[in-house]
Amino acid sequence: MNAPVYMDNNATTRVAPEVVEVMLPYYSDLYGNPSSMHTFGGQVGRAVEEARGKIASLLGARPDELIFTSCGTESDSTAILSALQSFPEKRHIVTTRVEHPAVKNLCESLDKLTGHKHKITQLPVNSDGTLDLGLYEESLTDETAIVSAMWANNETGVIFPIKEMAEIAKSRGILFHTDAVQAVGKIPINLSQVPIDFLSLSGHKLHAPKGIGVLYVRKGTPFVPFIIGGHQEHGRRGGTENVAAIVGLGKACEMAANQMQEENTRVKALRDKLEDGLLASIPSSLLNGHKTLRLPNTTNISFEYVEGEAILLHLDRFGICASSGSACTSGSLEPSHVMRAMGVPFTAAHGSIRLSLSVYNTEAEVDFVLEKLPPVIAQLREMSPFWQSEHKGKVGSSQCKCSCS
Amino acid sequence: MWEYTDKVRDHFMNPRNVGEIENADGIGEVGSLACGDALTLYFKLDETERIIDAKFKTFGCASAIASSSALTEMIKGLPLVEAEKITNEDIAEYLGGLPKEKMHCSVMGREALEAAIAYYRGIPLPMAEGEVVCECFGVTDLEVKRAIAESNLRSVEEITNFTKAGGGCGKCHDRLEELLREARHEVQQIIPDKRPTRLTNIQKIKLIEEVLEREVRPTLRKDGGDIELIDVDGDFVIVSLRGACGSCKKSQTTLKEYVEKKLREQVLDTLIVEEGK
Repeated sequence: MNAPVYMDNNATTRVAPEVVEVMLPYYSDLYGNPSSMHTFGGQVGRAVEEARGKIASLLGARPDELIFTSCGTESDSTAILSALQSFPEKRHIVTTRVEHPAVKNLCESLDKLTGHKHKITQLPVNSDGTLDLGLYEESLTDETAIVSAMWANNETGVIFPIKEMAEIAKSRGILFHTDAVQAVGKIPINLSQVPIDFLSLSGHKLHAPKGIGVLYVRKGTPFVPFIIGGHQEHGRRGGTENVAAIVGLGKACEMAANQMQEENTRVKALRDKLEDGLLASIPSSLLNGHKTLRLPNTTNISFEYVEGEAILLHLDRFGICASSGSACTSGSLEPSHVMRAMGVPFTAAHGSIRLSLSVYNTEAEVDFVLEKLPPVIAQLREMSPFWQSEHKGKVGSSQCKCSCS
Repeated sequence: MWEYTDKVRDHFMNPRNVGEIENADGIGEVGSLACGDALTLYFKLDETERIIDAKFKTFGCASAIASSSALTEMIKGLPLVEAEKITNEDIAEYLGGLPKEKMHCSVMGREALEAAIAYYRGIPLPMAEGEVVCECFGVTDLEVKRAIAESNLRSVEEITNFTKAGGGCGKCHDRLEELLREARHEVQQIIPDKRPTRLTNIQKIKLIEEVLEREVRPTLRKDGGDIELIDVDGDFVIVSLRGACGSCKKSQTTLKEYVEKKLREQVLDTLIVEEGK
């Protein structure tokens, strides 16, 4: 393989050439301010509205329900903080233990920042990463201001039952937000049929550029702006629009609508071939996450008794780009909170690898990974004090003196 | 991705001396699967106690593997008395440096070497005798103190980088701050030294009783133990540990590292604490 084999699409995606093409004029000739009254600005403003329409179409939303933001994180923060300000008498937030840091860290910080005035319920997940709807329902109280749950998990691809969760919240009069950054463009979303109040998406996860996000706010939902400034976005988000990126996101959403079928068939077939091949050829490997309730592009596999960063560096040598939930790749000392929440044992949690595909991946690339990865695992296991040549871990030979297990 | 030196990358991609040594003279096992990295070091000596072979097996990241490989290269051919002088800083230096967050990998190498030497000599590993301050990664106060002193650490973050202590749940951060202050002699600045220059026997006994009552006893009671003053003979303070402390295998460490230290800090720096049943 000459070009990199890029299988880290849940981190970010290639900007589609078609997206780049439609963006370029807005970096050169079409530089007018969309808020300007003159014709030159007006044509740029129309491009923004045209893009808004395409994005709304992908989501089954009304164009005026979309607010352009800078990223998914801003969308998440805006939604949650808006809900808390809209209902100051309610001080309970329900979320999950496997949220992206954009939601997880915000909720945990809120608790501290408000002097523990807010109570956070972080719902556990099952060992396959799925959520227990019964527990969810029990967690809701009259004090609950907002539920924030991701549509699909970024590490495992596991999909939560967002429609049912939103309906339950709605029946209790509770606002519902979903971080759908990983789901948009990969699975069908129709907001006209799901009673969601807020939805976050991010452009760079679906072949648009980085630096553009969207917050969907259902019409009629109380809203308090996060960024206060000019009258842009009907006063809901001040700041001059990132026009080129918005136009690019519009194009990307249009393409996503057309490519979703491919994502769900060809990409899924490639993912399954890769996953099945790795699980079959590498002993003591296990799938993290539900087998079927998953994004079509994502697989997360643990290779016991080896460490994730070491695997990634060897893969990088072959030009294979992947990601790991290992502590060493994150700057933390503990493995991913998602792996820990799922109860993945330490024997496996440190050696988890995420491979996330896109429409640009090919079968030849999958074959290449299937050829290169097994020897890497074997080589590292030969070096591991927990692995014996007969493929039998001898866990416990090096006793931990600490209490973690 | 971390910025690694070419030498780290080389030792990671092409590790030297991977494997085990049958009938090794020294075997040192440190770390665990739970902690995310582990190293088993083996060495063989000749009749003059020179290391003639060294091998390793490592579970861990690139830094851990490179540190292990480097360590084996560094100790091969060295007399044991020279090898035992190798510090984690030496390992990091050999590799052209490690990211600060990865310094604990070099510490793991040094600890494995110490463990292997202790195994060879049939003596207990001194660092394991201390009080575990970080439950998540099983790091003792002695390990933390040594890292602070040897690497001139100045913050909890640096302690975490070097020892992993504090890198999990974070509950031990206050204790790490305390160890940091103690090590940097800030305790004396915060608590004025009230020790008189000369003490009569009665003054001495009274002060000892006060310190035991005010500081030592509440701490021991938290662990289900207690302490009783039996006698004071010159500089010898005879005490008896009660409850859980009485049967604890680490009672000597408690007496020396905690009780004696407190009494020396706050009564007289020549005091010697001994246990009398």
